[in-house]
Amino acid sequence: MTTSAPTSGRTFFLRPQDMIGIAILAILLVVVLPLTLDNFRLQFVGKYLTYAFVALGLVLCWGYAGILSLGQGVFFGLGGYCMAMFLKLEASSVENTKIQTTPGIPDFMDWNQITELPLMWQPFNNLGLTIVAVILVPALFAFIVGFAMFKRRVGGVYFAIITQALAAILTILIVGQQGYTGGINGITDLRTLHGWDIRTDAAKTILYFVCVGLLIACILLAYYVKSSKLGRILVAMRDKEDRVRFSGYDVASFKVFVFCLAASLSAIGGAMFTLQVGFMSPSFVGIVPSIEMVIYTAVGGRLSILGAIYGTLLVNWAKTSFSESFPELWLFGLGGLFIAVVLIFPNGLAGLWQTYVAPRLGPLFGGSAKRAAAPAVAE
Amino acid sequence: MFSDYSLAELSSIFMMQGFAGLILFSVFVLMALGLAIIFGQMGVINMAHGEFMILGAYVTYFTSQFFLNYLPSLFGIYFFVAMILAFLAAGALGMATEWLMIRHLYKRPLDTLLATWGLSLILQQVYRSVFGPREVGVELPSWMMGSLPVTEVVEVQINGLFVMGLTIAITVAVALLMYKSSWGKQVRAVVQNRVMAGAVGINTEKVDRYTFGLGCGIAGVAGSAFTMIGSTGPTSGQLYIVDTFLVVVFGGAQSLLGTIASAFTISQAQSTMEFFLSGSMAKVLTLLGVVVILMLRPQGLFVIKVRR
Repeated sequence: MTTSAPTSGRTFFLRPQDMIGIAILAILLVVVLPLTLDNFRLQFVGKYLTYAFVALGLVLCWGYAGILSLGQGVFFGLGGYCMAMFLKLEASSVENTKIQTTPGIPDFMDWNQITELPLMWQPFNNLGLTIVAVILVPALFAFIVGFAMFKRRVGGVYFAIITQALAAILTILIVGQQGYTGGINGITDLRTLHGWDIRTDAAKTILYFVCVGLLIACILLAYYVKSSKLGRILVAMRDKEDRVRFSGYDVASFKVFVFCLAASLSAIGGAMFTLQVGFMSPSFVGIVPSIEMVIYTAVGGRLSILGAIYGTLLVNWAKTSFSESFPELWLFGLGGLFIAVVLIFPNGLAGLWQTYVAPRLGPLFGGSAKRAAAPAVAE
Repeated sequence: MFSDYSLAELSSIFMMQGFAGLILFSVFVLMALGLAIIFGQMGVINMAHGEFMILGAYVTYFTSQFFLNYLPSLFGIYFFVAMILAFLAAGALGMATEWLMIRHLYKRPLDTLLATWGLSLILQQVYRSVFGPREVGVELPSWMMGSLPVTEVVEVQINGLFVMGLTIAITVAVALLMYKSSWGKQVRAVVQNRVMAGAVGINTEKVDRYTFGLGCGIAGVAGSAFTMIGSTGPTSGQLYIVDTFLVVVFGGAQSLLGTIASAFTISQAQSTMEFFLSGSMAKVLTLLGVVVILMLRPQGLFVIKVRR
């Protein structure tokens, strides 16, 4: 494995080329896109960026630690639903809902003959608790799943199938429990955050920048994890799990940790999604969105933190523009992308960049004189 | 939840739901058999399995149309012709897939999952573009319609019985093929030790290709049987894929007996609970039960010890 050893040019935990990469991404997101795109398109980019949080988590979890989770939509959804529950409660104040049989509860509960706020919803009256829940509820869920499975050394394909089943279960549950979750329509008609109207264009632009800020922070966190000793152990575990175990490391705990971290990252994305798009529904939880999130990461490059961000933006941009003009072609495109990214360029865009572009650009862009070969994808 | 019903009613309910569960069981077994061969024997995750099944269903539909228009006198037996055609079509597509895609990925099982998911998306769109987005249903021959009374309140449909009979026949055939024929011996030899199998003169690549083709062919037959009890649309296959994978994993991937036992357990649990709870809760509880059991016993119900 060619995780580059600490070089002399390394400050803090970032290599110079990482810093340049992050700076370029930041300039693109903060300056270039807001100046060149109209409000409508910028809101799209904001929506795509919320998926980038999931892709970021998958790079750590799948690319570095080798754990493919097909249930990241679950965590995206949990985060999104936590945020949506808070916003919904604020939108369902007593004066807003006085035509209902029971004023003060969300409208869909009223339609389902529920007369008081369920216990599950109580904590979401408070913004602080909601933010804690956005991060901790998915992490806790991931901890339970991960702990049960990794301690028993379930991994690889079995883990993927079981996480996929979890995505299916949660979707069916949300759709079935209409009175508590809003059912198939999800939680809609969200209006204000602490009295601040989130539906205006100005608010959406602010939320976009908040989203970019959070994303950059999460990218830095991911780089920190990657460059730490922990990151090395993750890679070692992926490549030769038994050796790491025989060296005395508790493999399962590391896996649980990275799975929980990926879950929390996804959940932050979900919460930002709810804020920017203004609703949350089970269609972002299930099997299909979860596996699409994997393809964002795969296209960007499963071993590249920044690559995953670009992959997410690119796939989503392609999806939007294809679905607008040739809706029937999009599934062919997406299906072909799955196959191509596996068969032809398993390291994604980042792999192409490192192999063909970076060597010509000099050391600052990652093309060191030795030309570190792109690390091969492990099984 | 049982107190509202008398004992006689309860036993009838259990029989009726048990029978409905048996039909679900048949579909599960037919789908899972192909998957168990591909996943259990080859370690390949075929997410496009549902689409191979739907291919079989479409072949059956078009065969029925053909017989209806050109050979109405033989309409009673069209199903048997359709079944063979479905097997051949799905099997051929499966072998082509293996040759073009899967054989490059044997060392990366998680990547087969992504690649076959891509294939499933493409196939769905092909079906939608070629056959149209609407669901189609076949006309049953007259001898398959109606139902047989078992007791005064319990009736069983003939098409359901037929699908069950078909399931038993195919299961027996697959078991014979895998455990009694020389080809089955080759397949199992390749699974247990690929290098040694090659060294003793087994053409492992060919075995792989035919194994994959067989698994897909059985999915095609499953699709044929599926038309007897439901209609077919471009995305019908995707509805079953997760359930089927759980069936295979729950049963223990390498064991045919395990696959059948787990299909039975899951389908019976689901259809019995469906009567007392809502359909969605029944499904949630069944899947959750399976997932929890798999967490406690990751190797599945039945284990065949294979030296790696």
